[in-house]
Amino acid sequence: MTSKNPEYDFKWCPGCGDFGVRRALENAIGRRTIEMEVAPENTVIIAGIGCSGNMVHLLEGDQPYGFHGIHGRSLPIAMGAKMGNPDLNVVVVAGDGDFLGIGLEHISPQAARNLNITAIVMDNGVYGLTKGQSSPTTDLGAVTSSTPYGKTEDKLHPFKMYLSLGVSFVSSTMSSQVRQMSTIMSEAMDHPGFSIVHIQSPCTEYNNTFELLKGNVRKGIPGLAYDIPEDHDDSDWDAAFDIASNDGIPLGVLYRDTTRPTLDQRIDEVSEKVRAKSVASMLDSYAI
Amino acid sequence: MKNTDFVVRFAGEGGQGVVTSADGFASANAQVGYHVQTFSTFPSQIRGGPVWTQTRISTEPIRSSGDDLDVLVAFNEYAYNEHKSEIREGGVIIFDSGTFELEGVENSFGMAFDDLARSTGNARAANMVVMGALAYLVEIDQSILEQFVTKRFTRGRPNDQEIIESNIKALTLGRIEAENSGFMIGQMADAIPPEGEQVLINGNVALSLGAMAAGIDVYVGYPISPATPILIFMENNLPGPGKFAYQSTSEIESITSIVGAAFAGKKAMTATAGPGFTLMGEGIGLAWMAEIPVVVVDVQRGGPSTGLPTKTEQSDLLTALYPGHGDMQMPVIAPGTVEECFVAGHRAFAWAERYQGPVVVLSEHMLSERNQNIPKPDLSKVNSENRSVYTGTNGYQRYDGWELSPMPIPGNPGSYVANGSEHDGMGDTTHLADRHVQMTNRRFSKLKLLEDGTYESQNTDASIVLMPWGGSKGSGLSAYEELAEEGVDLGWYYTMYLSPLPPKLLEELRTKDLVLVPELNYMGQFASVLRSQGVKAEAITQYTGLPFKVRELASRIRDRVGTQQKESVTA
Repeated sequence: MTSKNPEYDFKWCPGCGDFGVRRALENAIGRRTIEMEVAPENTVIIAGIGCSGNMVHLLEGDQPYGFHGIHGRSLPIAMGAKMGNPDLNVVVVAGDGDFLGIGLEHISPQAARNLNITAIVMDNGVYGLTKGQSSPTTDLGAVTSSTPYGKTEDKLHPFKMYLSLGVSFVSSTMSSQVRQMSTIMSEAMDHPGFSIVHIQSPCTEYNNTFELLKGNVRKGIPGLAYDIPEDHDDSDWDAAFDIASNDGIPLGVLYRDTTRPTLDQRIDEVSEKVRAKSVASMLDSYAI
Repeated sequence: MKNTDFVVRFAGEGGQGVVTSADGFASANAQVGYHVQTFSTFPSQIRGGPVWTQTRISTEPIRSSGDDLDVLVAFNEYAYNEHKSEIREGGVIIFDSGTFELEGVENSFGMAFDDLARSTGNARAANMVVMGALAYLVEIDQSILEQFVTKRFTRGRPNDQEIIESNIKALTLGRIEAENSGFMIGQMADAIPPEGEQVLINGNVALSLGAMAAGIDVYVGYPISPATPILIFMENNLPGPGKFAYQSTSEIESITSIVGAAFAGKKAMTATAGPGFTLMGEGIGLAWMAEIPVVVVDVQRGGPSTGLPTKTEQSDLLTALYPGHGDMQMPVIAPGTVEECFVAGHRAFAWAERYQGPVVVLSEHMLSERNQNIPKPDLSKVNSENRSVYTGTNGYQRYDGWELSPMPIPGNPGSYVANGSEHDGMGDTTHLADRHVQMTNRRFSKLKLLEDGTYESQNTDASIVLMPWGGSKGSGLSAYEELAEEGVDLGWYYTMYLSPLPPKLLEELRTKDLVLVPELNYMGQFASVLRSQGVKAEAITQYTGLPFKVRELASRIRDRVGTQQKESVTA
């Protein structure tokens, strides 16, 4: 919408990881239009609040619908949109603060329901928009503006948590890998059930982990990110949990379970079992 | 002269059959054409704790649960002590002599409820023993109760006949006990069956049916007293193609998910009580800001915080009007009777769809738990409305202009960003001053579309008028009529459309010297709202967790009118 809209003046900082994520998301939506002949307006992007939430305003090209809601609540808004119209392709975009901090309570129920949506989590390990406070994925001991003497909470392990909660598609990637991100996003959108694409998307201003992730041979930094071995069986939950438990940032799909019914399928099953009642017949059941 | 009205209170402990006795007695009498109403209050626990239910039977339509008791049925000694002061002179106490003895109390007789039931071979028939005794006291023919028993227990099971017989035997045993006691209340006049079909429902069911009649598609709710029955109703009755009824994990999830569903084009509703409504504040603000039609029901209970979960109060009005931060004001519909609960259920959807925003229905415990016969709502009179939908091509400025504009539905051309941040025509975030002014005016201008609320009035020439709201309507109207009969010069106004108020009503109220507002809260919330709109309003408050009694209310109004008239003479 940027191209159409000179009034909108929000900008990501130069070098922000979210630029790459945007590119990948545009590709994934574009692929649906070209390969699957699904109009862009069939996709709904539901954003939380934070730097990442501005994604809905910054997408270039043919526009999907957007919803820029309130902090932490993108998942339940997405549930409403998806269950309101199960034909929609519903995608949540959120940051680590939005998704894993204030919004954490909403992950577990959607995993249990296997809500058929995709959540794209841009993890930069910091609250960027409010200028550098610690987030659930900030390291223990890290000095930030809200932890001047070092963070006193352990760092959250999102992948172990997603797997434990029963999220049916768990993937991990990073913002410099646009092609991999696009592919995984497409797979996640195609996945029947609750899919999470968790992306390391460094904040150049407050928590620049770019070098730590990619490594720097000259400086002797090995790099945290590594490709998940090709022989990994992503239907094997234990194997996925092993990867999630290791050090480093795995790149690829950790886990995928396509056997569980989605929430809309579960609701359809109920509808088929129960005969819909007319309002008139309901009223009659209370007749004296 | 025969009696035209009969009030009986059943009091005891949770699990003793207090509520089933009251409901049963009401249903049986409703079947032969009496007007009936029950009102229950109970502690927030499943078993045990003091419970009471009041049943009122009348030959006339019933407005309130009744001031004084003709009969108290005491299931235990605590119940007797707690309620004895409310028995009218000449009233009768039936006590459970299997639980306690009441010696030296006039007008009382004991019978062992459970022992008598057991002697019929059906230990669960204790409520029938009680009903049999009651019917005798007011000379309601036992055949009426027998018909009821036969209807209720004909369920197509092999032991139907056995159960019916034991229940009828229990009725007879109760009647004999009452006969032996020598007491009588006086014969109840024959029922004057109301014209037209009647249904026996409570406020929560009526409201749910109203929403159904409006074409609700999506309901998401979290259990909370006294709104849980709406969730249960929807889970049972809403399944079907394109429908979604679901229990959420919190009120935050409830409100945000219905906002999502309404964004996707559906008619969506949630219902809660005070604590949940507070949690919904931010989500309701989102619906206001992003211009998304949703219906939010608050079945009020008592007090702030957890407060009084199972008592009645009208203390959520201010939060209903202003549930969140920033400049916004909710349309609020507050039904005052079970019948109006049905109307509120469908009018709220009409309003929400018409102005594309959130509408609050403010119900209350006393309506939600009140079972009453009402004329069967006429579905052909329900005027269901749908939002104006955008049907053009892409590139639409959804929020353009200073007034309402058609809403695009995802899946169709017209993509935009529904935005809780201040936004431009496209829905993109902006901080420009001009834009905020335009959008704020746009949002408030839409409230003008809702100025079609109706109101009732009587004796409009009077300079002092009575104007209750919500569930205080019934007691208020009875008090008004009592005072009018006495010759007190008092006017009457009432509307369930509290925000925006019907403009003509507001205009009339502004000309009055004094508008008295009976309301069940400490702060005098509606009176203060009226004062802020230039009405000389004054509250008559009560915050006991119980509804107004007609006599007490009439006396307080009488006193206040007297003082006002003296003042105006002195002046």
